[in-house]
Amino acid sequence: MTFDEIRKRTLSEWEALQDNKKPRIFLGTATCGRAAGALAVREAIEAELKRRSIDAIIVEVGCIGLCYAEPLVDIAKPGHSRICYRNVTPEIAAQLIEDCLVKDNLCPDLALGTIGDGVVDGIPHLFELPVLKSQVRIVMRHCGFIDPTNIDHYIACGGYSGLVKALGMKPEGIIEEIKRSGLRGRGGAGFPTGQKWEFCRKSHGQEKYIVCNADEGDPGAFMNRSLLESDPHSVLEGMLIGAYAIGASEGYIYCRAEYPLALERLSIALRQMEEYKLLGDNILGSDFNFHVKIKEGAGAFVCGEETALIASIEGKRGMPRSRPPFPAVSGLWGKPTNINNVETWACAAVIMQKGANWYASYGTQGSKGTKTFCLVGKVERTGLIEVPFGITMRQIIYEIGGGILKGKQFKGIQTGGPSGGCLPSSFLDTAVDYDSLTSAGSIMGSGGMIVMDEDTCMVDVARYFLSFTQAESCGKCVPCRVGTRQMLHILERISKGDGTPGDIETLENLAFTVRNSSLCALGGTAPNPVLTSIRYFHDEYQAHVSEKRCPALVCKPLISYYILPEKCQGCGICLRECPVEAILGGKRMVHVVVQDKCTKCGTCLDVCPTRFNAVVKISGEHIAVPDKPIPVIVSNKEKTKGNGNR
Amino acid sequence: MSKPLSQILQTYQGEKGALIPVLQEAQIEFGYLSEEALSEIARFFGASQNEIYGVATFYAQFRFTPPAQHTIKVCLGTACHVRGGTHILDRVESELGIQPGDTTKDHQFGLERVACFGCCALAPVIVVSDVVYGKMTASKAKDILAKYGWEGRET
Repeated sequence: MTFDEIRKRTLSEWEALQDNKKPRIFLGTATCGRAAGALAVREAIEAELKRRSIDAIIVEVGCIGLCYAEPLVDIAKPGHSRICYRNVTPEIAAQLIEDCLVKDNLCPDLALGTIGDGVVDGIPHLFELPVLKSQVRIVMRHCGFIDPTNIDHYIACGGYSGLVKALGMKPEGIIEEIKRSGLRGRGGAGFPTGQKWEFCRKSHGQEKYIVCNADEGDPGAFMNRSLLESDPHSVLEGMLIGAYAIGASEGYIYCRAEYPLALERLSIALRQMEEYKLLGDNILGSDFNFHVKIKEGAGAFVCGEETALIASIEGKRGMPRSRPPFPAVSGLWGKPTNINNVETWACAAVIMQKGANWYASYGTQGSKGTKTFCLVGKVERTGLIEVPFGITMRQIIYEIGGGILKGKQFKGIQTGGPSGGCLPSSFLDTAVDYDSLTSAGSIMGSGGMIVMDEDTCMVDVARYFLSFTQAESCGKCVPCRVGTRQMLHILERISKGDGTPGDIETLENLAFTVRNSSLCALGGTAPNPVLTSIRYFHDEYQAHVSEKRCPALVCKPLISYYILPEKCQGCGICLRECPVEAILGGKRMVHVVVQDKCTKCGTCLDVCPTRFNAVVKISGEHIAVPDKPIPVIVSNKEKTKGNGNR
Repeated sequence: MSKPLSQILQTYQGEKGALIPVLQEAQIEFGYLSEEALSEIARFFGASQNEIYGVATFYAQFRFTPPAQHTIKVCLGTACHVRGGTHILDRVESELGIQPGDTTKDHQFGLERVACFGCCALAPVIVVSDVVYGKMTASKAKDILAKYGWEGRET
């Protein structure tokens, strides 16, 4: 069967699915959906359908990115709009089957929005919701809509047409097209992709390799995982186009072992490609040969760095080496190698499908197209988002993210993970693109965006990131190995309240040295969280050093928990729950925290019933409390109330 | 019954860069990399045991002691950290009386800290025997331990 015939068949099957006589149920079963219980929901749906003898089609789709509303279930009844339901539990799922499919009640109260044409009373259109309205879905256009384990769905939606187009072009023409699109590497550094391909194309040698970097190690980022789980073929199509343009006949996908579902879906995708002659020798009847192998990363953050990643594929310790020679000249097994991030490959595919001009119509002068971000932390609507470059932080946090969790105050946003920086509220109206983030002292990074509120301590955040990079430093070069350790020591000292005058300056000096003299980008960017937090949140550092106070009430050695005698009603819950028996009390007695025993785990604060709110957390101040339990203090008001009741 | 290591090694005969996949497969099969396994792998690759051990210890994935019945992985990714992941770790540590990387004396429970599972939207997260539990609190974590048969601290 030719590709054209395959496309026609998949298209008619896809249309038949969209316009079916049977009810269709779409279920988001990427990792976050599963973690939220999507598989139990599937079982409940199947059981309910069977019990009621309803013949319906169930399609497992990927992640649309609305993680806060997972598990998501879309139901499309024949002749009706497809409706997306949020936070579906097995019980709700069974109810939805009964209400929607049997009784004709579309349950607007459980719905998030409608998808596609058609209007349903009381249910907004999904893509008109604030969370989705300012998003532009290019990389994620199929996520949540196609079955990622079915290549036919991808082909029906225009998949592999970019490859077909590319195979009809000269490799130089493809590189020119990618250059014109303005695509820059989505892994973090933002190097122009077309140029990178050109270097490797022009390198001497018959044997060349391409690598897909799916070693998404930034804590707080899962864009790549989600894309691989939801639309693996878009990444693979990009790899095929790149391999053809560069002249490589072998490729590797280096994916974290912590992503079992992504690995499984990639393997399925590769098998299906082989069946359709999209992989192997003479792809689609051309003289282009390409083979792909999956390599599982074994858990080392530094392997996200190109030369370390190459060493790891070769079966060595994943340690970076100095460049030049660049991988484009001497990479895997000493051959010219081109490494791109998952998202970059997916962008290359869509650029070839829809054209460079179309792609470049999104974004800003220096940053074209869109970028996916993981919007997480202290924000109402966490999830995976895709926005055009040039959007402001404010739009992302307040429109898409729905503002700060529990109405708290915004403090900062961290972009670029451990290599990036923490930006304060003065940057809320800054346009998000490569250059503006770099000039602010942060980086675009691969797309982690962690929102922090008034309860986040910036010293603690800097310490957290540095403890991560310090532990992940491969140890090869001195500035990174020793420098990050010394910086961490100082930060630990500060957050314990043992900071001394001059510590902040020493920290800055060390940070500059580590940044300027480390061998690879891990060390070169590791000081960024420290430098930006000192630059923008200097007061907080000062409070830790000179007042021995943690204003955000986070750094354990600087905080204490107290039980307010006028509020405690002696219910005994905190006493029972305290894991270290640091609370004294008794029935109808005001409870007391024994400060020497307290490990400051915060359990008492968590469990104290909100109607009492008797536990407080403080730093740098004193509260007068009894040192032994005393009888509960009953206020006059309550006395009267008590008498009245009797 | 596990398949013998020699059988795993055979499938990688002549393959470039096979060391890490071999170590991964051996760990899946036997639960950990024993000294015997490492020396057999070294012989297969014609390398010193030291070299093999050097590669294996570089990566966080590999373990050199038998795993516990249930491994509790506490995520300390950024999102989990700012939403209180360390409180969860502290609580699990004090409940089980062990530090990350250790197992309880009866080998029932092991504790690990993980840099990120990529379930950030559900932060803070713990994973017990590959099941993800999101939106954790210290007290919920204790209930989850109980679900896996943890009967409380020995007094």
